[in-house]
Amino acid sequence: MQEVILEARNINKEFHDPVTVQVLRDITFTVNKGEFVSVMGKSGCGKSTLLYILSTMDTDYSGELHIDKELMTGRPDAELARIRNEKIGFVFQFHYLLNEFTVLRNVMLPGMKLGRYSEQEVEHRALERLKMLGIEQLASQSAYRISGGEKQRVAIARALINDPHIIMGDEPTGNLDKRNSDIVFDIFKELTEVHNQTLLIVTHDPEFAENSNRIIEMEDGRIIRH
Amino acid sequence: MNRRLILGIAKSMLLARWRQTLVAAVGVTFSIAMFITLLSFMNGLNDMLDSLILNRTPHVRLYNQVKPSENQPVNMATEYQDSYNFISSVKAGITRQEIYNSGPIMQAVKADDRVLGAAPKLTAQVFFNEGTIDITGVINGVDVEEESRLFNFQDYVTSGNAIDARNVANSIILGKGLADILVADLGDVVQVTTAQGERFPLKVVGYFQSGIQEYDKVQCYASIATTQKLLGKPANYMTDIQVKLHDLNQAPAVAREYAQLFGIDAEDIQTANAQFETGSNIRSLISYAVGVTLLVVAGFGIFNILNMMIYEKMDSIAILKATGFSGRDVNRIFLLIAMSIGFFGGMVGLVFGFIFSVIIDNIPFNTAALPTIETYPINYSPVFYLIGGSFSLITTYLAGFFPARKASKVDPVEIIRGK
Repeated sequence: MQEVILEARNINKEFHDPVTVQVLRDITFTVNKGEFVSVMGKSGCGKSTLLYILSTMDTDYSGELHIDKELMTGRPDAELARIRNEKIGFVFQFHYLLNEFTVLRNVMLPGMKLGRYSEQEVEHRALERLKMLGIEQLASQSAYRISGGEKQRVAIARALINDPHIIMGDEPTGNLDKRNSDIVFDIFKELTEVHNQTLLIVTHDPEFAENSNRIIEMEDGRIIRH
Repeated sequence: MNRRLILGIAKSMLLARWRQTLVAAVGVTFSIAMFITLLSFMNGLNDMLDSLILNRTPHVRLYNQVKPSENQPVNMATEYQDSYNFISSVKAGITRQEIYNSGPIMQAVKADDRVLGAAPKLTAQVFFNEGTIDITGVINGVDVEEESRLFNFQDYVTSGNAIDARNVANSIILGKGLADILVADLGDVVQVTTAQGERFPLKVVGYFQSGIQEYDKVQCYASIATTQKLLGKPANYMTDIQVKLHDLNQAPAVAREYAQLFGIDAEDIQTANAQFETGSNIRSLISYAVGVTLLVVAGFGIFNILNMMIYEKMDSIAILKATGFSGRDVNRIFLLIAMSIGFFGGMVGLVFGFIFSVIIDNIPFNTAALPTIETYPINYSPVFYLIGGSFSLITTYLAGFFPARKASKVDPVEIIRGK
């Protein structure tokens, strides 16, 4: 029996503006430790919406969400923020690096927030992750001076800084060219194979999905294959 | 750890947009500097105008008012006790202006702990004879040394020497305006006729200039002995005892007490000069109003800049929230940005306010009316700096409050989905 990292039970979600539309219907599935899961589906099928619910950022849904066997549903915002900081890493389509900071500081930010390690240790861990992603030479650069592919890799390093239980990605390769997409995919592959990292990635790139361990396919707010 | 991290983020955001930050801070600096300068200058002026009168006014004046008896004989008669008596054409009795028992009263007053000093005074109504013309005047007989010590008499004697009034027999210090009318130089002799019709020659040993022209056209000073001689009165004759207290605010209480104790009329400075207090208060009020207006305008500047900054930083706020910063953390970051603009802007403003005050303090200000003033007056009270400093923090806090709350309420999902 494998360890369950994330479990969704009967998640329903409706948008009320301008008319009530049910975007997610009765979503139930689990993600085990070390799995590389892609969520596939056409635009508007609700896959991003699902991801934001799973990430605890969207709390307006019915059903139950468990992360690391703990119930997330109904917890106060400050607590959810702490859980996101500690247990979830994010990679978005857009990199969302803070331009005011260097690459290194950007990666360190969630680690400093967590406060589990001293500043020197966080810095050391950030450099380790940058090195693993092959961009340690960029550490002292300003975040806005590096290329798009590099920015996405910095974002991945930032997601990894607190050794999260799960990394969630919303089209992390959506803005990248083929070469950079491949680099990012290889990084994900290596993370799950070498470091046993759990990944849940929303994508509509079929090639990306094919190469992952498991595909969850969605249509009209339902899971049709998993 | 968390606090230092938030401080670090706020600092980076401030410095990344240092031009905007500077503009906001300069707004605060300007308004605080103006606030300080305005208040210091206004209060300096107030103090000067007050001192023009108040420094020379006794805190408590003891005198004998010539007035009709309050207890008319008809009221004392037993047969009219129950009736209401109308008396017309009441005249003052033979009350003398002289203070009875002046010697013991002076001793008792001077022995009081609350009293800084007491100086006797008597006034004589006279005519100055200039050829065929008689000019009315008042000669104040004063104890020159005590008058100088307590009421800065020597500051207002602009030519000649105040102490000569005592050292030179039959001498007088003329008001500057009066001296001009009489064309009397120092060393000249002026003729004086008293109300009793006696004529005296008096030697001019100085000019007196109070700053109030009408006053200087009438008032003159002489030693108490000269004035007594003028009136043909003995050496213990005096009409006023001027008392100066350690604490001005005790004057009303002391006046009431003396009136009862010595059976005498006593007037305190607050009653005598109520209008000065009112004038000062209104001037202060106006300067505070202008200062606060300046600060509010600066506050709106900060509000605008922070609002803009928050729109610019939506992405940063979203990712901070996504990676585990709570709404409170974000709120603190932006409040900190606002408060540091207020703090540093305010600090520099205080320094500039002080510099401006010093500059004003050194601008020459010579006017014939104010012989003791050489530069514009400034009041360097630390209270203004305290008020200015705390106001800068309060306004920037309020200016930062709403933008910061807005930032803390940003929904990261909306921002991230929008991309």
